[in-house]
Amino acid sequence: MSPTAPPGPDAQTAPVLLDRAGLQALVDALVARGFDVIGPTLRDGAIVYDRIADLAALPAGWTDRQEAGRYRLERRADAALFGYAVGPQSWKRFLHPPEETLWRARRQDDGFTITPEPPSPAPFAFLGVRACELHAIAIQDRVFLGGAHRDPGYTARRQGAFLVALNCGTAAGTCFCASMGTGPRAESGFDLALTELIDAARHDFLAVAGSEAGAALLAVLPTRPAGPEATAAAEAVLARTEAGMGRHLDTNGLKERLQANPEHPRWDEVAARCLACANCTLVCPTCFCTSVADHTDLAGTEATRVKRWDSCFTADFSFIHGGSVRASGKSRYRQWLTHKLAHWIDQFGSSGCVGCGRCIAWCPVGIDITAEAAAIRAMPGKAVGEGKGGNA
Amino acid sequence: MSAAPPAALADPMLPAPWRVRAVRRETADVVTLDLVPLASGVPCFAPGQFNMIYAYGVGEVPVSLSGDPADRSCFVHTVRAVGEVSAAIAGAAPGSVLGLRGPFGSAWPVDAAAGHDLLIVAGGLGLAPLRPAIYRVLARSERFGRIAVLYGGRGPAELLFRDELAVWGARADVTVAVTVDHADPSWHGHVGVVPALIGQIGFDPPNTVALLCGPEVMLRFTATALRAAGVAAERIHLSMERNMKCAIGLCGHCQFGPDFVCQDGPVLRYDRIAARLAVREI
Ligand SMILES: Cc1cc2nc3c(=O)[nH]c(=O)nc-3n(C[C@H](O)[C@H](O)[C@H](O)COP(=O)(O)OP(=O)(O)OC[C@H]3O[C@@H](n4cnc5c(N)ncnc54)[C@H](O)[C@@H]3O)c2cc1C
Ligand code: SF4
Ligand code: SF4
Ligand code: FES
Repeated sequence: MSPTAPPGPDAQTAPVLLDRAGLQALVDALVARGFDVIGPTLRDGAIVYDRIADLAALPAGWTDRQEAGRYRLERRADAALFGYAVGPQSWKRFLHPPEETLWRARRQDDGFTITPEPPSPAPFAFLGVRACELHAIAIQDRVFLGGAHRDPGYTARRQGAFLVALNCGTAAGTCFCASMGTGPRAESGFDLALTELIDAARHDFLAVAGSEAGAALLAVLPTRPAGPEATAAAEAVLARTEAGMGRHLDTNGLKERLQANPEHPRWDEVAARCLACANCTLVCPTCFCTSVADHTDLAGTEATRVKRWDSCFTADFSFIHGGSVRASGKSRYRQWLTHKLAHWIDQFGSSGCVGCGRCIAWCPVGIDITAEAAAIRAMPGKAVGEGKGGNA
Repeated sequence: MSAAPPAALADPMLPAPWRVRAVRRETADVVTLDLVPLASGVPCFAPGQFNMIYAYGVGEVPVSLSGDPADRSCFVHTVRAVGEVSAAIAGAAPGSVLGLRGPFGSAWPVDAAAGHDLLIVAGGLGLAPLRPAIYRVLARSERFGRIAVLYGGRGPAELLFRDELAVWGARADVTVAVTVDHADPSWHGHVGVVPALIGQIGFDPPNTVALLCGPEVMLRFTATALRAAGVAAERIHLSMERNMKCAIGLCGHCQFGPDFVCQDGPVLRYDRIAARLAVREI
């Protein structure tokens, strides 16, 4: 499906070491091969993904402190390039952009003709894709590529993309990938995977390839063989990150409980706090909902259709003649959480949550998905658990 | 089991141009359009399916096919002007061009109903999405047991397809019962809600398949009445309405519990959705 898709851990090459100059050589090689290289940068007090050409753009020596409703950058004691967890953006912004023109229609004497918008030109290379984000991309692959109809724009952007994963060296207080089975180790779905090894004596990146394209690129970079000591150090990084995970979500029986409890009092309780601001859906790396808007130029000779991110928290989202199906805040939060953690499994075969914690940190009132899910899960419910309806 | 609905057209988000061949006024705010493609043949469709219809520069909305699936000369749609887009479509003049994507969605299980008594229950505009099923059933009515069409509208002036209802009602192989919420002096038929008609016609509940389309409250009451009469929940099929932007399972708007109404529906089996249909704002 995608060039980076299937290889399991055993398809990976033997680990090698890159130093900081070697990592710059990786960026240079990607740029030279025509990739639009996107990596972490500092902007407005947050770490966001943007175009980079030089490692100097990376947030060296910064880390993030995250808690419910809080995100703050702090200085680290070292100059680690990837010494933080995740910021407000995800790679979704590039593969599934916030706005995309689908087509243009031209008026003619005899009706109109419609022309699809050509896909964006340069393929992306992503530097520093976390394990949870690899899973989020795999989830959006199932949404946009795995069904009866493919999203043409996503297909084009995804097929060309080169993914450099990063095994997390720091977990935030909002992280819970370990309990979702989505991290912190990058296991598959990447072209290259790096682990940053930094201490007084060294600043290296342990690198493995997860695809032929990744192996081919690694072969032209200035690498050194990684001995057992470096491999052990990388394992220690992952063990430390996993132990530092700030949150946990128990998914055992959660789907059934959520689907059986649409009238749980907790929905009213959370609705009293939720502002229905839609922040959680915008920062979530798996939320995929969109709307379309139609425009014409002033002369009416050209009409365009633009697709935009939408959110189940808006009133328009479920509008049908004369009113929204989900008019109350309660029904919208219930839709979001139940879709994410329950219906998603019926629809796409996995949870819609990868445990990145963004919705917790970026909620202005600090609503915590792990706490809300635990509250509903604690309530015994009769297991109606209707699956998909269908008509067969 | 009816044949699998035909697959949708190649680029699923790109409307194809279709010309309005004819327009028939049904009621004050409802018209029926015959549409012919400018660039291709008329695809097959299964009764119950819908198209996304685009009015140039205004927008695109889901509209069910309302014509005879055996007629491959055009697509027929019956549209009520309720807002900007539907008004632009309903106001399209003969000869003008609309964009069309589809057909999409699940179908009424017409062939699977063979051998059973068949109840076709429509409320308001809901008769339009059921009409293709009625055509298919009546084309070979000997395959079914007793056949009944139950139809309710707000008032006599809002009833769709009155001439056709009269023609069907005159046939020996089908019972037609029509009711209105509010009568006027011209009306000599039933007054009341559709579920009330169920008790007035003869059918064998354990051996009955029911097809329901109309406003959600009408669906809820009718399904409950059919269950009370002894019709099996898995033989009750209803067509759901939800906001739709893509019709291909990608935009998320049409979700109804775990179902995407655009793909898993619009026709859904009652036994699989009864619990969530009873919950407000799902
Ligand atoms: C599967 C399906 C089949 C349908 N078949 C028919 C039909 O055969 N004939 C017919 O007249 N109508 C049908 N409808 C309803 C029709 O789509 C709406 O009347 C239409 O979307 C209203 O759009 P508007 O812009 O004119 O109205 P507005 O009220 O201005 O609506 C604004 C927007 O909300 C959404 N919306 C509003 N009402 C509905 C609705 N009922 N269903 C879905 N989205 C809605 C649309 O995106 C619309 O553009 C069907 C709906 C569905 C889901
Ligand atoms: S629901 Fe929250 S924690 Fe889960 S993937 Fe989305 S943003 Fe991350
Ligand atoms: S849960 Fe928080 S972020 Fe999400 S809509 Fe409610 S207030 Fe906004
Ligand atoms: S209408 Fe877009 S997912 Fe169903």
